[in-house]
Formats: sequence, C-alpha cells, structure tokens
Amino acid sequence: MNTLARHGLFFVAAAAVLVVVTYQVDEFTNYNIAGVAIFVIAAAGLTVLVGINGQLSLGHGALMAVGAYTTSLLLKAQPQTPLIATLLAAVITTGVAGAIIGVAAARLRGPYLAGATLALAVGLPQIATHFGSLFGGNQGLPVAPLSPPAFLGSDFSSNRWLAWVALLAALITLFLLANLVRSATGRRMRLVHDDETAARLAGIDVERTQVLAFIISAACAGLAGSLLAYQLGITSPTGFNLQLSLQLLSAIVIGGLGSLSGAVWGSILLVILPLKISDLAGNLNLSSDVANNLPLAVYGAVLVIAMLAFPRGIQGALLRIVGLARRAIRTIGPRPQASSPS
Amino acid sequence: MSSRITTSKTAVAGAICAAAAVVAACGGSSGGGSTSNQASAPGITPTTVTIGSTQPLTGPAAPGYSEIAPASKAYFQYVNAHGGVFNRSINYTYLDDQYNPTATSTLTRKLVLQDNVFAVFSALGTPTHLSVVDYLNAQKVPDLLVSSGCNCWNNVAQHPYTFGYQPDYTIEGKILGQYIKQTYAGMKVGYFVQGPNDEFGDDGVLGLNDALQGGGVTVASPVQYYAPTAAGAMGVKAEMAALQGQGVQVIAAFSIPVFTATMLASAASIGYHPTFVVSNVGSDAPTLTAILTGGALGVTLPQALIGGVVTDAYLPLVSDSSNPWITLFKSIKAQYAPTLPWDGNVLYGMVQAYTFVQALKAAGQNPSRTDIVHALENGHFTGPGIVPFGYSSSNHLGYIGVQVAKIGPDGTGTFVGPVYTTDDTSGGAITQYSGTPSTPPANGIP
Repeated sequence: MNTLARHGLFFVAAAAVLVVVTYQVDEFTNYNIAGVAIFVIAAAGLTVLVGINGQLSLGHGALMAVGAYTTSLLLKAQPQTPLIATLLAAVITTGVAGAIIGVAAARLRGPYLAGATLALAVGLPQIATHFGSLFGGNQGLPVAPLSPPAFLGSDFSSNRWLAWVALLAALITLFLLANLVRSATGRRMRLVHDDETAARLAGIDVERTQVLAFIISAACAGLAGSLLAYQLGITSPTGFNLQLSLQLLSAIVIGGLGSLSGAVWGSILLVILPLKISDLAGNLNLSSDVANNLPLAVYGAVLVIAMLAFPRGIQGALLRIVGLARRAIRTIGPRPQASSPS
Repeated sequence: MSSRITTSKTAVAGAICAAAAVVAACGGSSGGGSTSNQASAPGITPTTVTIGSTQPLTGPAAPGYSEIAPASKAYFQYVNAHGGVFNRSINYTYLDDQYNPTATSTLTRKLVLQDNVFAVFSALGTPTHLSVVDYLNAQKVPDLLVSSGCNCWNNVAQHPYTFGYQPDYTIEGKILGQYIKQTYAGMKVGYFVQGPNDEFGDDGVLGLNDALQGGGVTVASPVQYYAPTAAGAMGVKAEMAALQGQGVQVIAAFSIPVFTATMLASAASIGYHPTFVVSNVGSDAPTLTAILTGGALGVTLPQALIGGVVTDAYLPLVSDSSNPWITLFKSIKAQYAPTLPWDGNVLYGMVQAYTFVQALKAAGQNPSRTDIVHALENGHFTGPGIVPFGYSSSNHLGYIGVQVAKIGPDGTGTFVGPVYTTDDTSGGAITQYSGTPSTPPANGIP
C-alpha cells in the first residue's frame, strides 16, 4: 500500500473513532476536545517549521492572531459568511503573512531568528490595540459561536459540533502534513535542517525551502487561530500573548521534536494538564499566596520532569517502549507461544 | 458528588421529603418558612449553593487583584459558620485565568458544565469577562457583580443575566471632572491615562471631558498615555515632562496602581509637583504604599509621595476605623483570612460577597436562576456602599456614584464634599445624593 492510501485509511479510521468518542463524553469534554484539536493544528504546523526544517519561531501565537482577526473582521463585515470561507480566508491571509516573515526569516540564523520572531509575538498583538477602531482595541471583536447545521436536529450539542469541526480540520491538516514530510519537499526540508551546505551542493534552493516551510507553518497557525476565535467567542490581543507562542513551542518539544505524533501528544498534555491541576489548590487548605501559585508550580514541575525523564519527548519515550517490547519478544523469540495466554 | 450521595443517607431521605413537599406545595418556590430546602436550580442542593468565578490569581494583573476572591471567600466562610443562607452553605470556587481570555473562556465553561455552578460571581477583568458574557447569557447563568468598571455590563436587552458592580469609569470621570472644575478654576489640567484604545482610559477621559467642557479650566492636549506592560513601569518621565512643559497644574489620571506609583515617582524625580487626581482603581493607599516603599519600581521611595492625591470612593475608606462596616469586615478578615493584607481589594471582595448574600436571601428559600436576577433588579439593597446601586429591570449598572476623597501623606483618606450620583451619558446630570449610610446588621449577615 502506498503512503497516501495508508495515511488516508488511518485518518478515516481515526475520524470514525473520534466521532464515537464525541457521543460518549459530556459537553465540557467536547469543548476541550475542540481545544486540543485546535492546538494540534498550530503545533503540527510549528513541527514542520522547527522540527523538520530547523527554523525557530517564537512568534506563532501572533500568526494565530492574524488568523483569528481575519475571521473576526470578516464576520463583523458579513455575519453570514459560511464557516469554510472564513477558515480559508484565515489560512490565506496568514499564509501571506508567513511568506513575508519567511523571506526575512530565511536570512536570519539562530538567536537572530529567535529575536525577530519574539518581536513578532510581542509586537503584532499591539497593532490591534493601536488601531482600536478597526480591531476593537483591548476589548476585542466578538464572534458568534458556531451553531450546528439544521439537518443535525435542533437539540444537537453545539460543543459536539465545535469538536467535529475542529477535529476534521485537525485530521485534514495532519493528513496533508504527514504526506508532505514524506514527500520530496519534506526530504528537502530535512536536508536543509541537517546541513545547509550539503543541501546547496545537492542543488536545493535553501531560502526557497525555508520560506515554503514558513508559509505552510503560518497557514496552519492561521487555521488554528480562526477556529480559536469561534471557540472563544472573542478575539482580543491579550489572548494571543507571548505565553501562547511559548506554549506551542513547549508542546512540540515535550511531545517529541520533529514528529507529528509528538505534536499531538504535546497538545493533549498542554491543554488538559492546566485543567486537571486548576482544582488542586482549592481542595487543600493553604494560604492564598501558596494556593494561587501551586497549579503553576505543579505545571512547571511536570514539564521539567517530563523533559528529564523523556529527553526525546513523549513520542520518543513511546518509541523506546515499543522498541524494548520488540527486543523482549525477540529474546523470547524461539518460543512465540509464550506470548499467547496460557 | 458521588461521595456526598454515598456518605449521607439522610440526603436521600431529604430528597424524598423534598419531592413530597413539591407535590404538596404544588412546586411553589417562594413558600413560607415551613417549606423544606429543595434542589431548586443547578448548583443548589438542600444544603449548599455553589458559585464560581475566574480571577487573575497569577500573572500581570495579580498584584492586589488576587486578594479579591480570597476576601469574598472569607466572608462566605463567616456566613457559613453562622448558619449560611436558608441553612445552605455557600461553596465558592474561583479559578485562575491569569487575565487571559483564552483561559477565562475554558474555565468559565468548566464552572458551568462541570462544576455546575448556580451563578458566576465577581468574574474579574474587561477583556477576560467579555469573552464569556454571551455564553453565560445564552446558558441563562446569572453573571453577578462583574469586577470591572466597563459600562459594557449594563446591556439588559442583550445580557439580561449580567450585572455590573463598581461605578463605571465614565461616572467616575464626570464626578472627578466636576470637582476639578469647582476646585481648580483657572488652572491647566492634563490627562495621564491607560491607552490609547483602552476602555479604562477612554471611558475615563469621556467622563472628564464631559464635566470639564465649557468650564473655567484649560485642558492640555494631547492626552498622555501609558501602555500597561512591564516595560512601561520603568518610568513615565517623558510623559510627565511633557505635561510639565505645558504648564499643567492638575493631572487627572486613570491608571492602575503600579502606574499611579510610577507617575508619582517620575514627576517627583524631575521636580514636578502638580496636583494628582486619580481614579479609584489606581489609588488604593495601602497598595500604592507597598509599591513605593517595597522597591517594586527598582528604588525604595517614601510613602509621603502619595500625600495630597485626590481620588474618589464608593465604599467606606479602608483607613476609617470609626466606620462600623470597616470594623466588621476587618474582624472577619482577621479571623477567616489572616494572611491577607487589609486594603481596598479585600474590602471590595467582602462587599461583593455581602451583596451576593443579600441577593441570595432576597431570591427566596428555593430560588431559581431567574429569581436571583429579579432579586437584584428589585432589591434596592443598601449596605456598605456610600452610594446606591443602579439596579432595576432596565439598568444593570452597579454603584452609580462616588464621593471625592483626599489621601494624606500617611495614607489616611478623608472625604471631601458630598456624595454625587450620575449616569454615563454625555451631559447626564450630576446630582447630590442625600441618602444616609446604613449600619451593619448585628450579626454582620444581611
């Protein structure tokens, strides 16, 4: 079976499983599933840029803001714009923004690239504050929540519909990116990451490859930002702060740098963990100074421990476990019946 | 939830009795004192009322504001220890959104969908709470006493479940402007506010301009702005020098505490000593003192810098130990939240909690969610506030006025002149309020 068909089959199966899941869980879980899916889209795009192509971006939160504002402005001007149009508009605008930044980024290396994208993360949301009459200033622009289409019935949960839309977008993104990284373009990106000089000698246009990676990555961030606008119901500068950019980066590092599965694991961890620990402090009888900071401390500690225990990320750890299991089976090798139940 | 069911057989018995009572009383919710407690709404059981909030417990807005929710909780603990409301104890869950609307959005859904709260109470911040106000109203969840001075909470047609709490910044600007016009006639006035394009600064300027237009004072332009980022706190000397250069004698400021302190320090450092008129949220004397003397600005500065600052208040002054409300809340704080400082933020949270208890009581023994909305609209509550609430069926504005006050070099406040009320419309009359301040009930519970 070729790669395309294999990936296609896998994602159709994943979609079927996830649809069943959205019927089994409660409203709030569906809302969080949508949150994870949105985070996966942005993180997967960042994986292509950082993990595959080797360019660092500390500014992807700002690119998500571009997508979110595109959608919000479009809906402000034309409230009846169909979902697919607002999503595509966000992808295109952010892709163009990514091309412009990518051209500049392709000239920068290491700390200079980090600095430039950091400036983007800090500066871009301020544009919304500065041109307040257009972008709604600090209060932001409201976005009407997604309502499920009529054919699903009037009592269909809006959170389940949100989860479906976000999951579909995430699966399509992952499908496209999975094929991309295994294509000739993907191999060129890896080679540029591993050795720029060798890539040039092999006749690869390094700058072009880097700009392309930036565009793809930005387009993903734009899609995620657009969906985030629907999920949050508002697009405001404070929602796209530096912390968001750093969280995206943490997600792909903790998940396992350079692998799309890693981006998924990292996203699940970073979305679910803060929710799980938010109640923690309330249940203990602590002074408010300690209680207020405890969830943050636990969050930080979990991330640090995760990195110490699994330096290659969650995906790396999983591969290692699979590898160990295989070796164990091979050791037992001559007696395959040992693994069957006795 | 499950543990409560398994540990208490009486709860099951209670539920059966309650069901019987419903049949007997034909579901009347406002029955007499003999009716038993029922689970009359989401978040209400025969023995508990669960409410929730999102607050900046960590992050840039945390200093000062992180004290509000623990202070409210301390008051609820006091009420619970004294029998609760209709024998129900109040469970108050507040979650840290770090002043980030993304987190607010998720955590508010957690409160509604998972923690099953009866109402959202005291949710803090304009950009943060704006992200959920449509959602809460669509879900018909009471959204009570929002901790923000944005006039956007007063929109009864679109947001019938949302109620403001503190006076909005336009009301403050109008009353401070009137005081400036009356007191500093012939002088030059300059503005130093958060912004540009920030509703806090913009609404304040709107109110100031409204009161100052056509008056005997000159208003210097342009408005001097600061951006509320950490880098901004390094100094606003350029802004102060610009105002000094224009010969400004009175600076009207809509600033958060860190920037009020920075403004005072920056002006003093260039030998500039105008009169400062600062909005309520940026003028809490204990908070300013802590910032100035604690080295938060990189240097240790004398407390006396705050001497002479003119501000306004809608609650009794925290330094007024002769006020019976202050005595009451101070003693509750000492018993239930001894680690909190005694300052304006703590008073703010306690008064909110007191007001919530008033509303919950007025909503009846077995309230529905709409009952508490009607209770606030029709309650005409009086309490610790020195000005009345604006609540009615067509108005969800909180406190609708302020009284001007002066801060002494030791941080003690003194009220100046009468209490005024007004609305946030341009040209809307500013009227003197003559209501007498109420005294707390003997047990401190409404």
